[in-house]
Amino acid sequence: MPAEAARKIRVSCVVNGTAVTCEAYPMARLLDVLREELKLTGTKEGCGEGECGACAIEMDGALVNSCLVPALQAEGAKIRTIEGVACGGALHAVQQAFITHGGAQCGICTPGMILAAVNLLARYPQPNDAQIRDGLSGNLCRCTGYMKIFESVVAAVRDAETRA
Amino acid sequence: METRVIGKSVPRKEGREKVTGRALYVDDLSFPGMLHGVTVRSPAARGRIRAIHFADGIPWHEFIVVTAQDIPGKNCIALLIEDQPCLAAEFVNHPEEPVVLLAHHDKYLLEEARRAVRIEIEPLPAIFSIEDSLAGKEIIWGRDNIFKSFYVEKGDVERAWAGAEFVVEGSYETGAQEQLYIEPQGMIAQVNETDGVTVWGSLQCPHYIHKALMILFGLPRERVRVVQTETGGGFGGKEEYPSMIAAHAALLARKAGRPVKIIYDRAEDMVATTKRHPSRTRHRTAVTRDGKLLAMDIDFTLDGGAYETLSPVVLSRGTIHAAGPYACPNVRICSRAVATNAPPHGAFRGFGAPQSVFALERHLDRVAEAVGIAPEELRRRNFIREGQTLAVGQVVKEKVDMNGLMERAFELSGYYAKRRKFAAENSAARGTIRRGIGFASFLHGAGFTGSGEEYLASEVAMEAMADGTVHILAGSTEMGQGTNTIFAQIAAEALRLDCEQIRIVQPDTAYVPNSGPTVASRTAMIVGKLVEAAAVRLLGTLHDSGLLQRGYSAEDFSRACGAHIAKCGALKSFVKYEHPHDLHWDDQKYSGDAYGAYAWAVYVAEVSVDTRTAEVRVEDFVAVQEVGKVINPVLAAGQIEGGVAQGIGFALYENVVWQEGRMVNAQMTNYVMPTSVDLPLIRVYFEEIPYGRGPAGAKGIGELPLDGTAPAIANAIAFATGVDVRQIPITAEALLEMLEAVHAG
Amino acid sequence: MRAYLPAYEMETPRDLTAALLRMAREPGVWRAFAGGTDLMVLLEAGKLPHRKFLNIWNLGELRGIAVTAEHLTMGALTTYAEVQRHEILAREFPLLCRAAAETGSVATQNRGTLGGNIANASPAADSPPALIVYGAEIEIASTGGARWVPYASFHTGYKIMNLQAGELIRAIRLARWRGASWKQYFRKVGARRAQAISKICFAGAGRVAAGRIAEVRIALGSVAPTVLRAERVEELLRGQRPDDAAMLLAAQDALGAEIAPIDDMRSTGRYRRNVARNLLAEFLEVLAS
Repeated sequence: MPAEAARKIRVSCVVNGTAVTCEAYPMARLLDVLREELKLTGTKEGCGEGECGACAIEMDGALVNSCLVPALQAEGAKIRTIEGVACGGALHAVQQAFITHGGAQCGICTPGMILAAVNLLARYPQPNDAQIRDGLSGNLCRCTGYMKIFESVVAAVRDAETRA
Repeated sequence: METRVIGKSVPRKEGREKVTGRALYVDDLSFPGMLHGVTVRSPAARGRIRAIHFADGIPWHEFIVVTAQDIPGKNCIALLIEDQPCLAAEFVNHPEEPVVLLAHHDKYLLEEARRAVRIEIEPLPAIFSIEDSLAGKEIIWGRDNIFKSFYVEKGDVERAWAGAEFVVEGSYETGAQEQLYIEPQGMIAQVNETDGVTVWGSLQCPHYIHKALMILFGLPRERVRVVQTETGGGFGGKEEYPSMIAAHAALLARKAGRPVKIIYDRAEDMVATTKRHPSRTRHRTAVTRDGKLLAMDIDFTLDGGAYETLSPVVLSRGTIHAAGPYACPNVRICSRAVATNAPPHGAFRGFGAPQSVFALERHLDRVAEAVGIAPEELRRRNFIREGQTLAVGQVVKEKVDMNGLMERAFELSGYYAKRRKFAAENSAARGTIRRGIGFASFLHGAGFTGSGEEYLASEVAMEAMADGTVHILAGSTEMGQGTNTIFAQIAAEALRLDCEQIRIVQPDTAYVPNSGPTVASRTAMIVGKLVEAAAVRLLGTLHDSGLLQRGYSAEDFSRACGAHIAKCGALKSFVKYEHPHDLHWDDQKYSGDAYGAYAWAVYVAEVSVDTRTAEVRVEDFVAVQEVGKVINPVLAAGQIEGGVAQGIGFALYENVVWQEGRMVNAQMTNYVMPTSVDLPLIRVYFEEIPYGRGPAGAKGIGELPLDGTAPAIANAIAFATGVDVRQIPITAEALLEMLEAVHAG
Repeated sequence: MRAYLPAYEMETPRDLTAALLRMAREPGVWRAFAGGTDLMVLLEAGKLPHRKFLNIWNLGELRGIAVTAEHLTMGALTTYAEVQRHEILAREFPLLCRAAAETGSVATQNRGTLGGNIANASPAADSPPALIVYGAEIEIASTGGARWVPYASFHTGYKIMNLQAGELIRAIRLARWRGASWKQYFRKVGARRAQAISKICFAGAGRVAAGRIAEVRIALGSVAPTVLRAERVEELLRGQRPDDAAMLLAAQDALGAEIAPIDDMRSTGRYRRNVARNLLAEFLEVLAS
């Protein structure tokens, strides 16, 4: 048997507003904890090297790649995944815009992309083009060429303005 | 033709699931008792398997271990032929060839185990280049390493050389390109007495997998079932390869008596699965003083990797597209696909055409230069028109105005003014940025070539429920391109309902007929037409039964469905493809009507080149295409935008680094695709000349953008820098040296 | 995810003292783990050789940016995102902010730390050239106390550094930049505009007085086994006019000789050398402007 040293630990954090505790190896990826322990499969694995952003979530308000966060470091964190973006039954403006404006094609990059967009708008409520591109530069999309993703984000900003 | 639903940007059918993270991809699924599976692969490019060693320290008794001996039927992944083993038995022919499969419930222990299997190989000499393969340095496949060759002849090229004022030659190369769908390949399999073999996974062609598994397991049709899960991109990379991973998962599941899931991580996906065929094209072109094409002699070779897989078909499409949308009286195309000891190359959006079109469009700019006319003038003088004949002998029967498309593209991109401006600025040689603008003019045939659609004999079924919902049953798959939505639109249009009333049944070979593979830009044009026909037939049944009058409402329709079902038990329709009588193709001569319809396009790329670093930036991109009918504007534009982005990657960013047949930069850090800050605005414009046999006149568009993007960029770079680009990807390293040579020379 | 997770341990020490004690008790066994943006990539590839990690992410002693009249001191856990947000860093140390903005992406910048980046010692890292130009000093802590090391002498070879077993990088200190009259230049060349590992990275700062280069500092990444300060080039440039074409050529030749770029899967030695020469020219144009 290969040498075993680590025991599973208990990690307690708040995910999408709900306090949760789960068991995981200390260096298990937060991505896997979310998907396998908490059954929140909305967060995706695209590369396992922190390059594609498909696994992006918000951790204590900051956008992070969950494939690069060890479970132990999620202790006490406040986490938001794609499942926590909609408010009850109401889609977030970004989500609605993605539907209306074609921001999602195959959809695999979409959860991470939406988290990145939502996080961007939290930091820059009225981002210019460069800020949008920059804010999404860590999320790779192979289907769209990013055009309709930008259009969706711009539409979501416009929508928020009209509503405000 | 006025349409209610077609032509509208109806929101994506499965959009809500995708934006809320509820869409279920294969790795989101879990079955009770499920094991994980991994593949142990050959370390050598070619050789004889001497032994397989299982190191100590792993509880092997807990593992399911599968080798070629466990295959109940034929050890092959059946495709066009049956030369590719499912698991290497005695010999390996490419690095990463699958040899051993392992399954266990603990996926971490499984990786330890994978590291603990050593495949001992007695190496044999291997070949890695087209040149070595053609030279027969080693014969690694068949008698002569050649999977397939074609010979196309129109007129007589040999007679043309003598009388030609100009003869221009050139050699062009394209590299491998990884499809890089963001969702890696994956399958779950279950094998039991009751159901036989069932697989769920990320795939484009359920019936390809179905056939392959039947042969692998020696099972009849009804004992194999393939179900498509939500698929995170395919682009051809999930056309044929999924049969391999499905076979592996199923073999493990059969031995384990439990479901098995195999998910590739990115590194494995990149290193082991298919890529775009590398190519080498040689052109020799005779042209008059006025720039009229007299003869085109084209030699086109594809590197197919170690097994045949789809190389003959990729070669076919590349060959047929090699001479472009031009009227040239004498054309000869000699082409071949050859074997090397690399993992087999395979389907990738464009499927041979991006390779041959790159060569052609780059070459024609050089021909124009030799003649002393502008590149657009050369095109203008040779664009094909209705009634003229393409290289393979197809008479163009559709209205085509390539010059009109070109002028529109030039207007939208400011081509003429920019060309003048950049030329002046570049020659003034102030500063270190050189700017350029270039274009490509091209066509792309939709559907399977020649008699292919007849051979596929695609089917679509439709069923109305008692509440008036209508189900579409087709083997066509959604992978982001919008199949679900446009099928719903087509059916809704024909039935005069809303899209909400239409449901697309999940592609499952137990329930849906074989509509052919979701490839070849055929889904809208060919299968969409069948969807339309099925809807019309269903409606006909209701009308004939007297249950539905003209001018009916949605409620009337629902009531009629209910009444019909109450009386007759079910309301279904079924249609099968009928090949148009006026399309004739000769497989022997390789000539005739290659495709039912073509999309026609002109793309313009504007680039800036930093001469200090040879970094190229695409500053603006205009894509103009005539496509018959745009069924859904947002989805159609999305297809072109995404395709152009992939084409930009093909031209500038995506470089597979090979070492003895293995991709060594198999990480997304090292094989780079463009990010959101690398791409310009991609401006897309459609024209519509309805195609009589397409649904609402639609032709196919999925692959089109991959053909013209890279040559437009290459031509722009040539204009900006004077560098005679002959090869893509154009790496900064190569370009810097070429810039220095131009500067020095 | 190829690592055998049960073989990996990670603990969270109570504070810095506890962390240092743990490391001292078993020297070389326990490694510091900050944001994980380098180590987790190795773990996922099954290529992380170490097995025991101390989670230092929450150690307050390693966080924060302290500013005095003389120095700006960043805790080792300062993230790239924090670097970019800091007003004084943006004003006085733009090269470091540029490097931070061009490292990875938003998500990596939220987790990547200066200390982690230094300890990972990739020759292709983006901040080291800026740190060299700014004459950074590294504070290294152990149970034996703390010592300051000039960053310029911290890296002694490829992945070899002036950091003993049991030691931890505690802070990075920069002398306040009196360089209002200095001109600064940073350029990273990668395979694409974002999320790219640098093929070559150039950081330079110079002060021109009476039309001549009075002071100049140049550092490059990805052209040697460690970050490189181009001292011979600096020597050649001092006292020269930045627009002197003959001098530029000599300086470029000197740079070509001073660096040792290699061929790897990302680029070639030839490209790196030629681009280094060109970036030097660009830097001198900035000085001349």
